[in-house]
Amino acid sequence: MKMVPDIVEELEVAADGKSLDLEAARPIVSESDDHALEQALLLKDRLGATVVAMGLESPDIDDVLFTAVAKGADRAVKVTGVEPPVPTSEVAALLAAVIPAVPDLMPVDLVLTGCQAIDDLDGMVAPFLAERLHIPYVGVVTGAEIKAGEARATVLKEYAGGVRARYVVALPAALGVQAAEKPPRYVPVAKVRATMKAAKIETVDAPERDAPSPLAVVRMTKPEAAGHAEMLEGGPDAVAAKVVELLTARGLL
Amino acid sequence: MAIATTDLAGAPGELTLDNLLGTPEGRELLSCIQCGTCAGTCPYGEVMDYPPRRLIGLLREGMLEEVLASESLLNCVTCYACMAKCPRGLHLTDVLLPLVKEQVFVRLPEVPAELQKALANTLRYGNPMGESARKRAAWMATAGVPVRVLGQDPAPVDVLWFVECYTAYHPRGQDNCRATAKLFHVLGTDFAILGNEEKCAGECGRLVGETGLFDALADANLKLFGKYTFNRVVTSGAHAYDAFRHQYPARGFTHPVEHTTPYFARHLEALKPRLTKKLGCTVTYHDACVLGRHNGFYEEPRRLLQAIPGVKLVEMAHNRINSMCCGGGGGGMWLDTYYKAKGYERLADRRVREAVATGADVLAVSCPYEVSRFEDSLKVLGFEKKMVVRDVVELLAEAVEA
Repeated sequence: MKMVPDIVEELEVAADGKSLDLEAARPIVSESDDHALEQALLLKDRLGATVVAMGLESPDIDDVLFTAVAKGADRAVKVTGVEPPVPTSEVAALLAAVIPAVPDLMPVDLVLTGCQAIDDLDGMVAPFLAERLHIPYVGVVTGAEIKAGEARATVLKEYAGGVRARYVVALPAALGVQAAEKPPRYVPVAKVRATMKAAKIETVDAPERDAPSPLAVVRMTKPEAAGHAEMLEGGPDAVAAKVVELLTARGLL
Repeated sequence: MAIATTDLAGAPGELTLDNLLGTPEGRELLSCIQCGTCAGTCPYGEVMDYPPRRLIGLLREGMLEEVLASESLLNCVTCYACMAKCPRGLHLTDVLLPLVKEQVFVRLPEVPAELQKALANTLRYGNPMGESARKRAAWMATAGVPVRVLGQDPAPVDVLWFVECYTAYHPRGQDNCRATAKLFHVLGTDFAILGNEEKCAGECGRLVGETGLFDALADANLKLFGKYTFNRVVTSGAHAYDAFRHQYPARGFTHPVEHTTPYFARHLEALKPRLTKKLGCTVTYHDACVLGRHNGFYEEPRRLLQAIPGVKLVEMAHNRINSMCCGGGGGGMWLDTYYKAKGYERLADRRVREAVATGADVLAVSCPYEVSRFEDSLKVLGFEKKMVVRDVVELLAEAVEA
């Protein structure tokens, strides 16, 4: 689970001109990661699986991991010693190295993560991770079903224009989840608070970083206004006349 | 597994019949005469599997599980009608139903989406609409008069004005803010606000059964109150007033608290010479449940309205203790889609029909929830040209000429 800037707050470009001002931003869990957790919990509700929530050390990640446990995850694991920023390809490399190193975790049947996060839109963590773990990958998933005792999952994937496909994928597999079958569940605040007192977040050290990503952000800017809309004033007849005039002038009528 | 906690005798945090009946309010259940007045007066009584009378009957028969598994209490809009009418004086709305509702909430297989969003927003941003906490005081840019923010100028102040969410963020609530600020100035009140530090008072969280959320918000607000020196709290939120008066004292809150309507009514003699503009309208007043039935402020808003030149006050058939709920309390504010899906009538629609029938052209209110609820109903029912909704403070401020 990954923290991204909350876009309810104003976003500011940092002084370096190529990154977000993280002091001004407020972290929130990536929405599709929250859906990935929900899909995992739905599978657990149906099959009795063990769900382990994982996240890289970052501001507020403890709250997210405790909330995951309060919702029904069995364990929470935080990867510590990661210096941000960590580009997508490095996150995948890091998780691929860390997942097998988490005590009493392997083998896993499914690795679920959000299919995309708003701070890079690359959507590459799950496919990169699948590649490194040598397991199959399906992205933009909107539902998953596993029959007890079968080493395969049936997953729904959404395409544009309302087209949906059903894939059968061998387990273990990595899924990039767009939306769980149901909206993420609510967990009462008192239960989260009680979980914070009773549960523990396990930590694992991040391995040495691989070769750095060959991609770098060159410049980050806020959208610049190139023009503006013209409001047509007046009664319906006057506005209609202006619309006709404008369309005629542009050769559209 | 831990669940939302309530201080009950025996096993704190878990509602059993024994510990429910171990509380003074719980023991009141034994004195219920099953007259059914509660169910008859309940605005959603006819759609509940277990309206209050049946619910009490089941509890007395030991059928706690049936009660907790039912969603009946999600239809409780905490309007205090059952409690106000109960001939045995049972603490239904303020204690008994919340105790049970808290457990119903924890066991809900799915929290209705709109309500879930509002609760999650309130925890994260301090307001149910999910607006940035950093913009809570943004309305000040259009206040029209200077407003002091304690975070910037922490000198002691007489009135700490607790603005509350719908007043601070909703465009129509902000009209209430501007009016209140203007009236404070007219009175020469020494007042200040908490600005962006303020968080929702949390009353609806408690009454929908999300007591942990209420605890978190009350803790935050009490800590904030501790930072500043002030004589009294005056709040625009009717539900915030209720929480400050009835819930916060048990957590150490000791200041006097007033809602803006009774506060201005208390200063009416000083305001009167300034109420010079003739408004020329017929007004009917809707008694907010928490201000009226729960706290007895029936005459204060009416005295204010009658002091405004050119205002003719007419009454709806259901007024004062018989007032009909707008449907916004106890989380009802965020259950409209849930009620609609179940095919229930929107309570605000029912109320607006009655208001229009009086022939009034203004529906006056004192609770910030009601403005949007009634304006929506006026539009839905096609009455938007017949009637407008105005807060009492808006009408007062309008009557004050510059």
